[in-house]
Amino acid sequence: MCRLSALTSNDYFSVMDNIMALETMKEGHDGSGLGVVLKDIGGEFKDLKEYPILSGICTEKGRKKIDDYMDQAGFKVKFMWEPQITESASSNVKRRGQYLTTAYQYPEAFLDKPEHEKQALLTKTRLTLREIGEQDNCLYVFSFWPDIITLKEVGDPLEVGVFFGFDKKPLKAKIILAQGRQNTNYAIDLYACHPFFLQGYSTMTNGENTAYLPNKEFLQSRDLQGYGNYHSDSEIFCHTLHFSHKILGYPLPYYKDIITPLKNNEIKDRPDLEALHLLKKSLRPLCIDGPNCTIGFLPDGTVFMAQDSKKLRPGIVGGVPGRYALMSEECGLEQAIPQRKQENDIIPMRYDFVIISPDAQEATVWNQLQG
Amino acid sequence: MEPVTRLDHNGELPLLDFPYIIRWRDDRCTRCGKCTAVCPTKAIVPSVMAQRLVSSESPIPLPNTVRKVTQIVRQVTDIDHFCTGCGTCSLVCPNMAIMPEYNPNAKLLFHKNRGGIPYKRGGRRNDPQTSTLDKLKFTRISMLTDPALDAGRHEFHIRTLMGRNLPAENLPLSLQNGRLVVDSSSFIPPVREIFPIRIGGMSIGALSPPMWEGMAMGVTYLNEVENIPVVMGSGEGGVPPRLLKSRFIKYFIPQIASGYFGWDEIIHALPDMIEDPAAIEIKYGQGAKPGDGGLLMANKVLKLIAKIRGVPMHVDLASPPTHQTKYSIEEAVAKMIQSVSMAWGFRVPVYPKISGTKTALAVLNNLARNPYAAALSIDGEDGATGAAYNVSLDKMGHPIASNLRDCYLELVKQGKQNELPIFAAGGVGKDGHLAANAASLILLGASGVDIGKYIMQAAAECYGDEKNRCNLCNTGKCPRGIATQDPRLYRRLDADRVAQRVVDIFKSAETELKKIFAPMGRSTQLPIGMSDGLGVSDKAIADRLSISYVC
Repeated sequence: MCRLSALTSNDYFSVMDNIMALETMKEGHDGSGLGVVLKDIGGEFKDLKEYPILSGICTEKGRKKIDDYMDQAGFKVKFMWEPQITESASSNVKRRGQYLTTAYQYPEAFLDKPEHEKQALLTKTRLTLREIGEQDNCLYVFSFWPDIITLKEVGDPLEVGVFFGFDKKPLKAKIILAQGRQNTNYAIDLYACHPFFLQGYSTMTNGENTAYLPNKEFLQSRDLQGYGNYHSDSEIFCHTLHFSHKILGYPLPYYKDIITPLKNNEIKDRPDLEALHLLKKSLRPLCIDGPNCTIGFLPDGTVFMAQDSKKLRPGIVGGVPGRYALMSEECGLEQAIPQRKQENDIIPMRYDFVIISPDAQEATVWNQLQG
Repeated sequence: MEPVTRLDHNGELPLLDFPYIIRWRDDRCTRCGKCTAVCPTKAIVPSVMAQRLVSSESPIPLPNTVRKVTQIVRQVTDIDHFCTGCGTCSLVCPNMAIMPEYNPNAKLLFHKNRGGIPYKRGGRRNDPQTSTLDKLKFTRISMLTDPALDAGRHEFHIRTLMGRNLPAENLPLSLQNGRLVVDSSSFIPPVREIFPIRIGGMSIGALSPPMWEGMAMGVTYLNEVENIPVVMGSGEGGVPPRLLKSRFIKYFIPQIASGYFGWDEIIHALPDMIEDPAAIEIKYGQGAKPGDGGLLMANKVLKLIAKIRGVPMHVDLASPPTHQTKYSIEEAVAKMIQSVSMAWGFRVPVYPKISGTKTALAVLNNLARNPYAAALSIDGEDGATGAAYNVSLDKMGHPIASNLRDCYLELVKQGKQNELPIFAAGGVGKDGHLAANAASLILLGASGVDIGKYIMQAAAECYGDEKNRCNLCNTGKCPRGIATQDPRLYRRLDADRVAQRVVDIFKSAETELKKIFAPMGRSTQLPIGMSDGLGVSDKAIADRLSISYVC
């Protein structure tokens, strides 16, 4: 089973904080991998907020393909960062190639373009690079977005953290989602590893999405950029969030209404019941219907946790103003924020949707029954 | 020269050419005459036979031969009175003395066209092979990676939507204080939430009063007491005026077909209707006899039927094969849907029903572009009918599985798979697996299914099967009293019992659907199009339906 470790803070913290929390939850996952998405990055990236960062892994050959493509597209390298790889005989983590974390300047023609055109360019670039890499697996591209870094690798999360040298040269951010498992139910594929990211939205999920195929076919048939090439049923959660919040423009809590719709007799107390009835019908294929705990963030830095409609997966939220953790298990929360008041911890049940405001100032529980 | 047929019976058919051979036991028969009186085809008649009886009453064998004439039950060898194997004779026999036996060597179709009239009958396509639907298995079982749900403990929502769902991108919503608000001035198509198994259109006229009433009572009970929102089609031929003006009409789908029977009465009842119907079905085709019209025989057009249909009594009522006033798909679909929608103020879903056909995609694409089309109903070749030519029943039509699948995948391509629901019919429950067949079609992309023959078999013990048993629906002599207007026959059927069975059937189907969906981890929404849950051990079927091949 996956274990999830998300932290949000008003100050920069190391990704090792997430990894150490995952370590405490080790009994719940098989230690097969680590995936992290960092948002609002500190350190050397602190002053590079507007430059899109390409995150991925490549071989020498892949590197050349990336450089050629980016050159030809007009992107200029602004800053390159690489984790301080530490391989050891006792670790099972094997170096796959170069771990890319490169900030680029937009092509000149795009410098003054509106934001949505820039975003479309970034997504198109990422998808094209991914397609190039899929021909011979010479490169993986996980994200290409300003102020976002994604890292994924196979191995025990703590060993992967040490492998990346985070214990010596920490990578810091204000929001980090981390997940401690590869998709070991099937053949391991780095693209199937959570968290997933699309245009400022990211999610990771503990559980299996039984409605994967109808979800996937519905999203793909929207004909929107980035909705496709699915390698994991959990990628649905990220794209559904993107669809409801960015494409349809619905406020965040409606995400919960879409993936876990209320029964008709439960809708009657909602002030927006008319809209909800319509939503339930029109977005019926996006109902997840599976055992899932989903954690994600929005482009504005809001972080959330949602449970499936039967609460079949664990999840807990707690913290202090300025630092909140959203974890699969309490031991992870205890590790990440020991100074919190334990009695204020939130264990969201099936109707609850926990929202942490940007800068981690406040945790609120939105109840689906009341709206 | 005079032929010798008179002498050696060469012009007659031997019993071995008949589809059912009557096994009559002389030793058990009491000669009560019930079997010959009840036989709907007069295939058996009381007769006499000269018998040579040998007996011995002395202590040592001393045979004594007596010749005498005894009464017997004789099967006739007239092809127009062939035994259909209904078995009503054995039902009434007090002494288990008579039983029809299926004869696989029969040659019925070689002979059943006397007078140049092809064989006509009711029922389904005579194909007793396992249907494609029954070959499908549910192979995605949730277990350790995703806990299976508990059909007995968890809450399930086995419901579907009948009506056009606006795409989310087009919903008339705006934001007010962080909440979505509906702009009430915009047109929002009507959508009903119903149970995914519907009773398909079977007309009053084709069905006897107790059968139709029994189903109607059962459906009402399911809605009002059991909270299972089953809806029922009227078939062509109108709706009883009292039902039209009652609050119960909301559980019914009046059908408009090429004969427009009963629609004058329905339109005139509009001002007095206190509820809207569940939907309106415009019938363009029927899976059992695609491209063929209907005929209600004069002897079925009695007082009640004549009143409901708005016609004189005792006349043949022919429905043409097509809607005679329409010449193109645009007219047929767009104009009819819009004008019927308008009659109810656009508050009622209106959809067409077609027979399974290779051209279904053309109809589908038209509907996909028509904002008033509420759904598409496709009736596959295994659908049943009350009357059709045997050639239409056996050889015309398209199987439902691939027809539905093609249509669903076309909608997926267009992104309209949730916008335009498809209802599938034709052979659902053919072998008794009602819930499994319904679930298979749902996983292939149907929003719901229709049943007809199954409900007659299960709720009223219809004898019909795919070995051509009974199938007398067209003759008005239905021995069960299901498809007849003859009071002497339909008084055999108890409407209350039919209602009770309808309730039993849908309650058990709901439980079985839960038993299928629970291990697949689906409970909140119907798994429409979840084809990764299906598998089949026939590679060709797997490829054609884009599902897994399993073995």
